Parts: sequence; C-alpha cells; structure tokens
Amino acid sequence: MDDMMLLTFLATLAGAAWRLATPLIFASIGEIFSERAGVLNIGLEGTMLVGAFCGFATAFATDSVLLGLIAGIAGGMVFGLIFAFFTITIKADQIVVGAALNLLGLGLTAFLFRTYYVSTGKGIEIAQPINIPWLSDLPFIGEAFFRQNLIVYSTILVTILAALVLYRTSFGLTLRAVGEHPRAADVAGRNVAAYRYSAVLVGTGLAGLGGAFLTLGHSNQFVEGITSGRGFIALAVVVFARWSPIGAFFVSLLFGLFYALQLMLQAQASIVVPYQLLQALPYIMTIITLVVVRGKGAAPSKLGQPYDMR
Amino acid sequence: MSPKPFLRIENIRKRFGSVVASDGVSLEIDEGEIHALLGENGAGKSVLMSMICGMVRPDEGEIVYKGQSVRFNSPREAIRQRIGMVHQHFMLVPNLTVAENYILGQGSALRVINDMDKVHARIRELSERYALDVRPEARIEDLSVGEQQRVEILKALFHGIDLLILDEPTAVLTPQETDRLLALMGDLVKDGKTVVFISHKLDEVMRVSNRISVMRDGRLVKTVNVADTDARGLARMMVGRDVRMELPRGPAAPGRIVLSIENLACRSETGLPALRGVSLDVRSGEIVGIAGVSGNGQTELSLALCGLLPVDSGRVVLNGQDITGLDPARINARSVAHIPEDRHKHGIVLPLSLGENTILQRYNESPFATSGMLNRRPIREHTRDLIRRFRIKSRDVDQKISELSGGNQQKLVVARELARNPDFILVNQLTRGIDIGAMEFVMEEMLKQRDNGRAILLISTELEELFAICDRILVMFHGEILGELPPDRNRLDELGLLMAGQTANVVQPPLAG
Ligand SMILES: Nc1ncnc2c1ncn2[C@@H]1O[C@H](COP(=O)(O)OP(=O)(O)OP(=O)(O)O)[C@@H](O)[C@H]1O
Ligand SMILES: [Mg+2]
Repeated sequence: MDDMMLLTFLATLAGAAWRLATPLIFASIGEIFSERAGVLNIGLEGTMLVGAFCGFATAFATDSVLLGLIAGIAGGMVFGLIFAFFTITIKADQIVVGAALNLLGLGLTAFLFRTYYVSTGKGIEIAQPINIPWLSDLPFIGEAFFRQNLIVYSTILVTILAALVLYRTSFGLTLRAVGEHPRAADVAGRNVAAYRYSAVLVGTGLAGLGGAFLTLGHSNQFVEGITSGRGFIALAVVVFARWSPIGAFFVSLLFGLFYALQLMLQAQASIVVPYQLLQALPYIMTIITLVVVRGKGAAPSKLGQPYDMR
Repeated sequence: MSPKPFLRIENIRKRFGSVVASDGVSLEIDEGEIHALLGENGAGKSVLMSMICGMVRPDEGEIVYKGQSVRFNSPREAIRQRIGMVHQHFMLVPNLTVAENYILGQGSALRVINDMDKVHARIRELSERYALDVRPEARIEDLSVGEQQRVEILKALFHGIDLLILDEPTAVLTPQETDRLLALMGDLVKDGKTVVFISHKLDEVMRVSNRISVMRDGRLVKTVNVADTDARGLARMMVGRDVRMELPRGPAAPGRIVLSIENLACRSETGLPALRGVSLDVRSGEIVGIAGVSGNGQTELSLALCGLLPVDSGRVVLNGQDITGLDPARINARSVAHIPEDRHKHGIVLPLSLGENTILQRYNESPFATSGMLNRRPIREHTRDLIRRFRIKSRDVDQKISELSGGNQQKLVVARELARNPDFILVNQLTRGIDIGAMEFVMEEMLKQRDNGRAILLISTELEELFAICDRILVMFHGEILGELPPDRNRLDELGLLMAGQTANVVQPPLAG
C-alpha cells in the first residue's frame, strides 16, 4: 500500500466509522438519560429494532425519510411507555422487563416484516449524503467528515443538546438527582415518577431514532435482527463513557471504528483472517472495555432501584 | 395578655400500623426562641417535627402557624411558608454541587439554568454573613459530615425561613463544630428566626435553649424554662428514673495483646494520605480510646482495620496472626466486631428486616442456617432476645429496619456486634444518636465486655464517652498518634492541646504528677 492508498483507506475508514457510530450515539445518549434518572433499560436492542422497523414501514408507505424517522422515534417511545409502566408504575424488575422487551422487539418486527414486506423485496429511498460546500472538497477530510447524510451530522447536534439539557437545565439537574437521591428530589417538590417516565421516553425515543437510522440512513432494507447487538453495545458505551453524553459520542466513534475496520478488512482480499473473527471484533472490544473500565465509577447510585414514596 | 404563639401544635396524632408515634401531642413554640426537644429513642421527636415540615401527614390534630391553621402536603409547601428542616439523615444529592442542590426543584422544569453566578453569589453572601464556610461549587460527596450539615442549614436559609427545625444536628459534629453550631443558632435568633432542635446532649440543650420540651412514648411530658431545671431533672423527665451521669467501674486488668497495629499507613478514599504510620496495641480486658477532631484519620483507621480500605504499608496483627489486607469477611470471621461510624453505610441494610440485619455476618452459621438454608425460627428468637435486652423500640422482628428511629437502629448494631462474642471490638462513635438512658446501658455493656476480657478500641469525637469508659486515651492528629493520656477529666486542657496538634506541653511530664 503506498501513502496515497493508505490515506484514502483511512479517510474511508473514518467516514464509515462515524456512520456506523451513529446508531450507537443515539441509543447510548438516550440510555444515559434513562440511567441518570436511575432506570436501567436493557431493552435497547428491542427498542432499536422497533425503531428500525417503524422507520422502514413508514418510509415504505410514504416515501418520506423524515416521516420514517419520526415514526422510528414514536415506535421507540411506545416501547418506552410499556417499559416505564412496568418498571416505574408497577415497580417490576427493570432487567426482567428489559429482557422481555428485547424478545418482544425481535419477534414482533420479524413477524410483521415477514407478513407484509418480505415478499415485496423492495427497498426504500434513504437519506442522501449532503456535500458541505467547500469543506467536502478538502482532500481526505472532506471524504471522511463532510459527505455524510443529515442524520449522521445530527449526531453532533444531539450530543451537544443532550449535554446542555443534562447539565444546564432544571430538567437535567433533577434527572441527575433522581438517579442518585430520589428522596431529596421528592422533598424538593419534584415528581420522581414523572421524571423517570420522561427520562425513559427520551431514552427510548433516541434508541428508536438510532434504529431508524439503520433502515433510513444506512441500509435501505429492513432485515430481521438488523441491529445485531447494537443495543447491547450501546449499554457498554454508556459505562465506558461514564454516563456523559460527550463521552458517549467519542466512545461510540471508537466502536464505530471497530465496525468499520471489520468491514473494510473483510473487503481486503489480501487478509486471511476468518471473517467471523473480524465480525466479532466490536463485541470482543465491548467485553474488553467492560473488563478494563470496571471499578467504582460514576454510576448513578440508585440505578435499577424503584422509588417508594412514603 | 400573652402574645399569640408563633407555632401551636394541637392534639396531633400519628400512627404507623400498630405503632403510635404521636399520641395526642400539643406544643407551643414562641417567636424568636430556641426550643429544644428531648426524649428517648423512639419517643416520636423526629415524626413530630416531620409533621410540622410537611414530610409526614398527621392523622389527627391541628397545626397553627403564625395564627393560621396550616396543613402541608409536602415539604415544599412548608418551605413556601418559611419553615425549613434539617433532617437526621441529610437530604443532599451527593453527586451535585452545593448550589445545584439548592436550586433543585426551583422554577419550571424546562428552565435553562443561566443564573448560576447569581446563585453562587447569594450562597457566598449568606455563608459569609453566618460564617458558615460553604463553597457553592463544592460537590457534596467531597464534604465531611460537619460541612454537609452547614450546607443543609444554609440551604434552609437560602430558601428563606422563619422557623428552622434541626433534628439531632450535633450528633455527627465534633465539639468545635458543635460550639460553632450553637453560636449560629444564637445568630439566627438575633435575626428574628425561631429555632427548634432535637438533641440527646443535655449540656448543649442547657446552654442554648430558652425552653425545653420532653417527649416520652409519643406524648409531651412537659415544657420547662431552662432556668427552672437542670440536667438531672431533664434526664429524669425523659427516662422516668434517675440516670447516673458517672458510671461505676473497677480498674482494668489488661492481659495479652489482642490487636497490634504496626506503622500503619493508608490513603483516604479520595487518595490523600490519611494514616501516616500509626502504631498501637490493644490488650484483652482494656478499652483504648482514640480522641481527635474528626477528619484526622479516624475514619480511615477503622475502615482499614476491618478491611474496607487498602493498606499502603504497615501491619495489623490480631491474636498473633497477620490480618493486613484481608477482606472484610475474613476479618469478621476472626472474631472482630465493628460498630461503624456511619450506620447506614456500613452498619445495616435499610430495606432488610430487623431479623435479617441481626445475622448479616452470620447468615451462614448454625443455628441460623443449615446447609445453606435460613432457619427463620432461631433468627427470630435471637433477634427478639436482642430487642428485649437492649430495649430496642420496634414493632416486629420482620419489620424493615428503616422504620426504626435513628437511635434504635444504632442500638441494634451495638446489640448485634456484642452478641457475636468477639475477641476484638472496633467502635467508631458508640452512642451516636442514642438517648441518655440507653447510653448508660450501652456503656455498661461495653464495660462488661471489657471485664470479660475483650479488647476494645473506641474511636470517638465525644470526650464524655471516652472519659466514661476508656482505660487510656490516645490522641490522633493528622493521621498520627500524638500522645497518650489517662481518662482524667482534670487533664482536659492537655487533651485539647493534643487534639489541636500541639505536642510541646505533653512531651515533658505533666505538671501535676
Ligand atoms: N415510616 C415509619 N414506619 C413505621 N414506624 C415508624 C416510621 N417512622 C417512625 N416510626 C416509629 O415511630 C416511633 C417514633 O419514631 P421517631 O423517629 O420519631 O423517634 P425519635 O424520637 O426521633 O427517636 P431517636 O432519638 O432514636 O431518633 C418509633 O417507634 C418508630 O419506629
Ligand atoms: Mg429521631
């Protein structure tokens, strides 16, 4: 490989990394909201699948990417509502409900897809890359960072917005209190349950968006289990990022890089590693990071615990 | 004509299941007074005050505040009426800053927080005015208990109050901090505020309050003017009998060395050096006290001894065996009992029952378990026995320990630890939150343990506690043992100097032989 080729390879890699990180950024930032409020939603995978399917089905019917994205968010939030009802109102175990939603999401989307869409075999129109004038013509950098679609660009906006909401609004302040010392928030006059509901809805809405990106901004098809574990990886991203949105953005990029590397190495005929091993790369990295980044960290202290008002 | 009372409580009743916490209490608080509330553990002091500040709703009765009948559904409503309370267990969110804690719950949920500078300035101003030394940008989790309490008081002032209720504010404070707090109460009253405070310490109650009310079994026994009473009289009103202020005790008969600490050094949880080469021995049959202003390594010493904090260097030898660096379960298993400083963090598990809490370390031992299965009956019997012996006010062995009053939780911890027949007993704040009647009892129990040949290390910021039962007192300063004194009240000055880190006077033999 000469230098030019290497640079091209790196530019393509960086661009792909950001694209592949996009669903992780949405889902993990959403999960940060949820967990900061003390609710551990391991049902991300199922929620993302629902988002991916709703986005696909809506775009299929309307030919509109925008409506698809909205439907993805809405689908995620419907799942969030189910989750919140069981875990916050009924106070069922969050892990159990989350696991159930993962199974439900997988089964439900597979069933609906097979029933209504699989025979059509048609794809949908997806979000097109937008070349940012002048910047996209920069050598290498242009290719990597300025020829993406709007959904990918929006991850920056979402990250900044999430950080602002979490650290600069009364809502975010209360969320952080609710996950750490719900009674103090209660005594201060905030409705703990309402905040946990909102946090779960923000979280699942973003997870739905992350899922919808897979069908509307990446592949143009829905496939059963299209998320292939991204929901779980997003959970790991949250831990690695220490519950910080900006951290989640960069950690997601890192994981995106593993995905991209895996894909591009597979395409390189000269490399003779079994492709299954390459495919496993992001998951192996997840396990390694979770082992390395252990220890007491910034986890909200009431994570996973229901709150009993006196 | 007497002025209308500032706050009048009329025949208030409150039950929790079968427990009557308030049994028709009537009480009057005057404007601008410091009113102390005394009573045994579980007498219903905290519950009564929680009803005034909107935390708990009364079943019956009336609260008349500034001439109007009020009924608060939440603490927020009480704060709006300028009533603030600092609870026995603080209401501060540890991962937020002081200022963030103060504005929590203020304004609309969707508000953008853009006035932080103003909030900080207000906090600084209030902090200066009352000499509270609170930094608005400090994170709660980095603050000591004493600091956290000042943060809580300032929080009430920040929200604007006319009535401040303090629930056992001095229980966790050092004597110096206590002096400071008592002075602060005086300042608040000068500013036209009214203070009600709960305490188990008669001397401070006598020092600052104008009037004192005593509660027993959910009823108000009496309200008296300070001038018309003394500590002995108050004690009798509280407990219903005379309380010995001085415990009779024989001389110690120290035997072999049970615990030996050699040059122990470790760092605090925040990574700063906390112990700088501590060496001491504790023999069987003696109680060794460690005095010191809190924050001088006492917490770390007790955590390190029970395996909750890694040791950097030095050794801990128990019964001739090196136990340095063993995990807490192994140390526990070697007959070490631990009465921790923070019962909620290291002593009990709040959502578990009394029975479950009494076998926390022994859940796997006979007769409480056979081949991995818990035996309910012996657990219950054992717990009932402790409850009876230590007069722990509770409803049932299966009730959650979080429902007990603070002092009764502490009594359960003490009872549990002593029941294990340990060789070595590590105590950090023995009587925290315990009423004077129970204090006498608990101290007597400790002396009995001593006379039975146990080795006891008592870390305490309460000098009275140390004088009452210790056989010798070591003083800790900046992570070192600065000196040793006999438990002689006449040498209080020397002790005070040592606690302030001044060794000069003590290195030479003391003045009076
Ligand atoms: N939430 C609750 N559920 C059940 N019982 C309760 C609850 N809160 C308080 N009690 C009971 O009410 C009684 C009075 O408790 P309270 O906390 O007012 O005592 P206290 O006078 O403050 O004692 P202490 O000095 O030990 O703090 C106790 O018997 C306690 O067990
Ligand atoms: Mg109390």
